[in-house]
Amino acid sequence: MLSDASVVAWRNIIKIKRVPDLLVFTTLSPIMFVLLFAYVFGGAIGQNGNAQEYREFLMAGIFAQTVIFGATITGAGLAEDVKKGVIDRFRSLPMAPSAVLTGRTLSDVINNVIVLVVMSLTGLIVGWRIRDGFWDAAAGYLLLIVFAYAVSWIMAWIGMLVPSPEVVNNASFIVIFPLTFIAVTFVPLDTLPGPLQSIAEWNPVSSATQASRELFGNIPAGTPETTAWPLQHAALYTLIWTVVILLIFVPLANLQYRRSTSR
Amino acid sequence: MDPTDPDLAVRARGLVKRYKEVTALAGVDLDVPRGSVLGLLGPNGAGKTTIVRILSTLLPADEGTAEVAGVDVRRDPAGVRRQIGLSGQYAAVDEYLTGFENLVMIGRLYHLGKKRSAERARELLADFRLDEAGDRPTRTYSGGMRRRLDLAGALVADPPVLFLDEPTTGLDPRGRTDMWEVIRSLVSGGTTLLLTTQYLEEADMLADDIVVIDRGRIIARGTADELKRQVGGEQLEVTVREAARLDDAERLLTPLGSGRPYVDRERRTFSVSVGTGVQALTAALRELESAGIELDDVGLRRPTLDDVFLTLTGHVAEDDDDPGATEGADANAKETVR
Repeated sequence: MLSDASVVAWRNIIKIKRVPDLLVFTTLSPIMFVLLFAYVFGGAIGQNGNAQEYREFLMAGIFAQTVIFGATITGAGLAEDVKKGVIDRFRSLPMAPSAVLTGRTLSDVINNVIVLVVMSLTGLIVGWRIRDGFWDAAAGYLLLIVFAYAVSWIMAWIGMLVPSPEVVNNASFIVIFPLTFIAVTFVPLDTLPGPLQSIAEWNPVSSATQASRELFGNIPAGTPETTAWPLQHAALYTLIWTVVILLIFVPLANLQYRRSTSR
Repeated sequence: MDPTDPDLAVRARGLVKRYKEVTALAGVDLDVPRGSVLGLLGPNGAGKTTIVRILSTLLPADEGTAEVAGVDVRRDPAGVRRQIGLSGQYAAVDEYLTGFENLVMIGRLYHLGKKRSAERARELLADFRLDEAGDRPTRTYSGGMRRRLDLAGALVADPPVLFLDEPTTGLDPRGRTDMWEVIRSLVSGGTTLLLTTQYLEEADMLADDIVVIDRGRIIARGTADELKRQVGGEQLEVTVREAARLDDAERLLTPLGSGRPYVDRERRTFSVSVGTGVQALTAALRELESAGIELDDVGLRRPTLDDVFLTLTGHVAEDDDDPGATEGADANAKETVR
């Protein structure tokens, strides 16, 4: 099964090089995001000479948002494969049925690793620093990747379900955009209005951001202690979500794969 | 159930498939002897694709049994997949991979190993005259090249049984002839082939036996010659200039042909199958001239699927989307309209 999955992943990785959209998506847009947020928001929000501090605060948020968007490649890619009949071809081969989805989601991981490297380098150039130790930072990256991997499986299920790659892109945009904004990704929790604050507290995007932000040592000095349980135990809460999502969506997506036919 | 016949590569009994209220297959029996070519002939929506999908394990039948290479499709789908190659209606090639990479990927998914997969890919590219284009991404390929690559993909593991679903639909005449050539050389190698097509000519050219299917039912089976004998020889087709003279033409020309004539009022066209084409054509021209009927067009043509259908069912082949291809999503709506 793993060797089949790695063949499928290999195919998707080749596509990162060849499909202009994907190449831009994985290299240029992360750079753009870091620069935009760092200078546009960094200048506006981080007043009183705190621009540098805000930039550091931002990085974990930008990382989280970008890897979650990276997970949508799976959805659009699968929808495309269903439409083109590639899934039919796979399903007629004596390969492990789960390998197509495993390979697909695995290539999202590889894609996200590239994205994180590119963004981190850009971040370092604009003054972002990892303040805690190497292993803490590594754990921070790992947490983001693992969480995004779970999101890939939600996307895999959606990709097998909906009729076209465009629908996947639009639908995921509508869901993911608010999900990554009503969170502690770009602003501190206490700046959000009441109801949004509660959503943000329980939003796993918040906890993923919070956890990696802590692990990078990027929590600004003087930030008030949060009272929300998910943010107090950000890493644990994120891992619980990851496991729950995987437990639900891995079987669902695989079931849908076995049922799917080209349209 | 009867014991498996070792001489049959495909054996299907009583296949039924329903999509909501639409019955895509209403009890289909098929026998394809080993090493032979079966042409499944029918219009869009007849159920051809549904049959291929069931036999290639992509779709479960609601009723009936099917064995491919002696393996039951329901009980051991993985076993069937080891024995078959499938080339579907749309060329399922990855357009960002090169031709070579596409074939290597398939080889590795057949577990041929890295080295053997690469060797096999080169062999097939050469066989299918794609060796020059082999290292280009396939989005630069013509439609015919993509189809050839897709067919090559179905052959990677040298499967004993091959399913080709409308291998030439959408190809230009050149691409079609190329494809026929490829398929014929394949078949001479002893592969069992089940091929679906909308073209009588194609079935005639490639298949040993033809099964004609309409609305999920088999309406005729036999060799191409037997079918053509049923349909009659060539078709005499006449288009009159004035619609008012169409009835006169029908009256004069019907006795020249055999079987049921077909009159298309919209196109002002009359057609009938004739035994000896040239004689009938000369006679027809003489009759029409003496009656003073002016013509826009006249000619002889080989019988088409429409002619077969007309003879067999009395109606022209109706073109619906195959519910097998649309997964019945909108087949329901069409049914009510019809």
